[in-house]
Parts: sequence; structure tokens; C-alpha cells
Amino acid sequence: MAEDRARFEYLLRLGDNSLILGHRLSEMLGNAPALEEEMALVNVALDLIGQARLFLGYAGELEGAGRDEDALAYRRDVLDYRCALIVELPNGDFAHAIGRLFLISAFDFELYGALRESADRRLAAIAEKSLKEVTYHLRHAGEWVIRLGDGTEESHRRMQKALEDLWMYTGELFTPDALDEAMREAGIAPDLARLREGWDRRVDAVLREATLTRPAEGWMQSGGKDGRMHTEHLGYILAEMQFLQRAYPDARAW
Amino acid sequence: MYTQGLDGKIGPVREAETAEEKEREARFQARIDAEERIEPNDWMPEGYRRTLIRQISQHAHSEIVGMLPEGNWVTRAPTLRRKAILLAKIQDEAGHGLYLYSACETLGVERAELVEQLLAGKAKYSSIFNYPTLTWADVGMIGWLVDGAAIMNQVPLQRCSYGPYARAMVRICKEESFHQRQGYEIVMTLAQGTPEQRRMAQESLDRWWWPALMMFGPPDSDSVHTAQSMKWKIKRVTNDELRQKFVDVTVPQAERLGLRIPDPQLRWNPERGHYDFGPVPWDEFWRVIAGEGPCNRERLEQRRRAHEEGRWVREAALAHAEKRRLRDRAA
Repeated sequence: MAEDRARFEYLLRLGDNSLILGHRLSEMLGNAPALEEEMALVNVALDLIGQARLFLGYAGELEGAGRDEDALAYRRDVLDYRCALIVELPNGDFAHAIGRLFLISAFDFELYGALRESADRRLAAIAEKSLKEVTYHLRHAGEWVIRLGDGTEESHRRMQKALEDLWMYTGELFTPDALDEAMREAGIAPDLARLREGWDRRVDAVLREATLTRPAEGWMQSGGKDGRMHTEHLGYILAEMQFLQRAYPDARAW
Repeated sequence: MYTQGLDGKIGPVREAETAEEKEREARFQARIDAEERIEPNDWMPEGYRRTLIRQISQHAHSEIVGMLPEGNWVTRAPTLRRKAILLAKIQDEAGHGLYLYSACETLGVERAELVEQLLAGKAKYSSIFNYPTLTWADVGMIGWLVDGAAIMNQVPLQRCSYGPYARAMVRICKEESFHQRQGYEIVMTLAQGTPEQRRMAQESLDRWWWPALMMFGPPDSDSVHTAQSMKWKIKRVTNDELRQKFVDVTVPQAERLGLRIPDPQLRWNPERGHYDFGPVPWDEFWRVIAGEGPCNRERLEQRRRAHEEGRWVREAALAHAEKRRLRDRAA
């Protein structure tokens, strides 16, 4: 039972990351620089919401308290969310939005690749499906980082600035805590530190082609995935996302 | 449908004068009469070309602007399933827009030029998208009524004389019918829900009913293009015929939902075999068309802002492509 609880917590991290990043990307609707890009970003958001449903649906089953994907998405407040800080940040300009998608997709690419070997076969199957989607997200966002980095003077400056701003939120993804360790020991999740290698290689290759400078490793923010201290932004995201469920608590179906 | 055939100005078209020109037009009309499809490289009268450019571009613009009122609810969709469906639907609409711009380009006009016209406020799009989405029920209402009206108009367009447009319609109609069903399902869920949800559904129907009927364009008596467009088989059914058909189909659906259509004059006419309905508030229609609908300004402003804010991104993409080209050539 204790192990189910831990797996539930771990699945919340995966589900919340997809959900909140999907939410942020869906905010790009009507604001993208070109129609093709609008379609692409909506498509990515759709993939992420789909992943969130699978992770959260499974989490609810493991918890066994009768909470389904919607109860978990719409009835938890900031204190019980387990997403990494980086997904909560506002989109900012296109360089920030696409830069974030790139950095997270590169992480998810490594993570889902490794989760395919998970001892939890259902999680492995979700990872397998998600990996296909994330492979596309990574390519799409990576191509944009290259275009912007090696585009005009302005786009280079904006892309470099975005990387500098986002960098201190990447550490949390790779820093294992007690839950990550427990999942690794149970053969459910991979060693996070080992994912770093592939991420570094992939990110560095794109930055090089983009003529961008990798930001210096400095202080890394954390507190999202363990729920210790989220950003102020999360509360607003939830207020918006959960509005109908909160305003009409008697409604049984939508 | 999304093109109300509103903008009467397609510019001056030179009439056929010489015997040779008249003969060519007659041959063209004979092809239309024989139900042949006109393809991009075929000769066509200038008026035919311009009418199609106007209609297809209005249709494309409507798909693009139409993403905004629904997009207004994506971040607030009440369940993850609804959110996913809504995202998929909006993605379809972006796809329709791209597809239609491409169909338009086969007539010798650039998409960039058409978008410029939209952003400059010179091009029209369907009046319906100048209304606000205030509650979640509006998302259902757009699917049920707006997409329902669109299908009604687009089905005959699958037989439009211009090949690329007709083929685009085949694909678009398939997706629209999915959109219409999901909208009806939202409204049905609300109509069967709590009193508050029912109220939401009824209030939304009250607001959208007349604007939905306006989607078919002005009455036939005021429709400047109908006769010529029918002759060219760009249009197969008149505005009023389509509007009647829409009312006939929709009233029983509303009855099944237990919702009231906000028209005291609505009643079944057994002699005609159709529903009679009250006068459409055409003054409101013309006002919205003239740019004074509740959201005209906001909709265009948002498209303009996205276009302006995206400029540096598009410039970077072009600059990068050029660098690549030069590097590849040097290699």
C-alpha cells in the first residue's frame, strides 16, 4: 500500500507537468506568430493534455479514493500540485515559450525513453506512447531554437535571454529527492542523474547549431515537484482552469 | 456557412465585347451547365475568378477568426476530455483555414495579401464570430448552431463548379459534422444537468439563435450575388432556402433538449411543410457587418497583435532559411 501511495505521488508529478505545460501552450492560441505555428502549438498542447489524462487517470486508480482525472486536475489546490516550477512560468515572448518547450521536451524525451523499461508496465505503456509525441515536440521546438538563435540579431538576443531566464529552472528536473530515489529502487523510474547526460548532449548540440551560449550553471530553483514552494503563477493557472468546477460544485456532468 | 457573400465589391469587371470573347464565355457556361468541374488552369471569366476569391477568402478568414471565441474557453474547459476535444476542434479550424487559403491561391492570389486585407479591416468574415462567448454553454452553442449552419451551407458547396473549393469542402464537411455533434452533446449535458446548467444552456440559445440565422446571409431579395453565383454554380441553394432548412432541422433538436427557441412567431406550417419563423433582426446584422458588433474590434485587434508580435519571429525564420541556403551553396 505504501508503495501505491508513492507511485501515486510520482504519477502526479508526471501528470501535473503535462497538464500545466499543456495549459500554458493552449494560451498561445490566437497569439502565435504564424498560422502553421498556431496549429503546431495547439497540437502539442493536445498531446500534453492527453498525457495528463493518462497519468492522472492511473494515479487516481492507484490512490483508490475514487478520484478520477478530473477530480485530480480540478479539485486540488496549489499545495497538492506536483509540477516542476518551469512549467508554471508565463509564456513570455515566443523565444521563452518555445525555449521552455525545447528544454522540457529534451528532458521528457530522456525520461519517457527510460520509463519504457519501468517495472510498472502500465506506466511503461504510457511512456511508450508519450515518447512518440515528445520526439516530435523536441524536434519542432529544437528547430525553432536554431532558427531564432541563428536568425536575426534581435531573435538571437531574445533566444539567448530566454535561455538565461529559464536555465535556473532546469535543475529541479534532474535533482532526485526521496520519492525519486524510492521509485528508482523499486525499478519504476530511472536514475534522474543519468538522464542528464543525454539531455546535455542533445541541448548542447542544438545550442551550438543555434550559435547560442549555454548559460552558466548557477543556483537552481526547486520546490515544485515536491510541492514545497511553487511559483505565484500556479494559483492563477488553477483559478482559471478550475473555475467552472469550483463555481458549479453541484454539477455532476459537463 | 462562413461566407455570407457580403462584400459587393469585386471591382469593375470588363464585359465580354468581341464575338470571340462572347463565344469563350458561352463555352465556359456550357461546361458549367454540363456539371463539369473548373480547374485552376482552365480559362474562366474574371468575374467568376474574383467572386471565388472573395468567397473562399471570406471562408478562410472566418475559420481563423472563428478560433478566437472558442479559444476563449480552452483554458477554462470544465473537464480534461472537453479540453482535449476543444483543442482538437480548434486545430481542425486552423487546418481548414490553411486549406482554404491554398484553394484561394490556385486562383492567383497570395495568402499574405489576403491576410493583409483581413488585418486592414478590408476583408469580411462571418458576422457570427463578432459575438462574445460568455459562458461554457456558448462553446456548445457554437458547435450545435454555428457549425450546424456551416454544414448546411457547405454540403451543397461540395458540388461547387470550382474543383479545388469543392474538394476542400468534402474534407471540411466531415470534420464539421464531428464538431456539430460535440456541440450538441455539450448542450445536451447542460440541458440535462442542474438548474444552473439548464439556465446556462437556455440563456446561450437565446443569445445565439438570431445571429445563427444571420449566418446564411441577407434575404434573397437583398442578396446581390445570388443570381450570378447560382448561374455559375458557385452557389447551389439560396440564402433563404438554407435558412429555412436550418430552422426545420434545428427546432426538433431544441425540443428534444427541452430548450425554447426565442421566437414567439415560430410554428409549424403544415401547408408549407416548414416552420414559419419571425423576422430576423436584419438591422443588427448590417450593424455587425459594418463593424459594430460586440467583438469586431477585439477580434481584429487580437489578430493584428499576434501578427505584429510575431513579426520578429517570421523575420528570423526567413533570415535563417537564407543563411542555410547560402551555406548549402557554399558547401
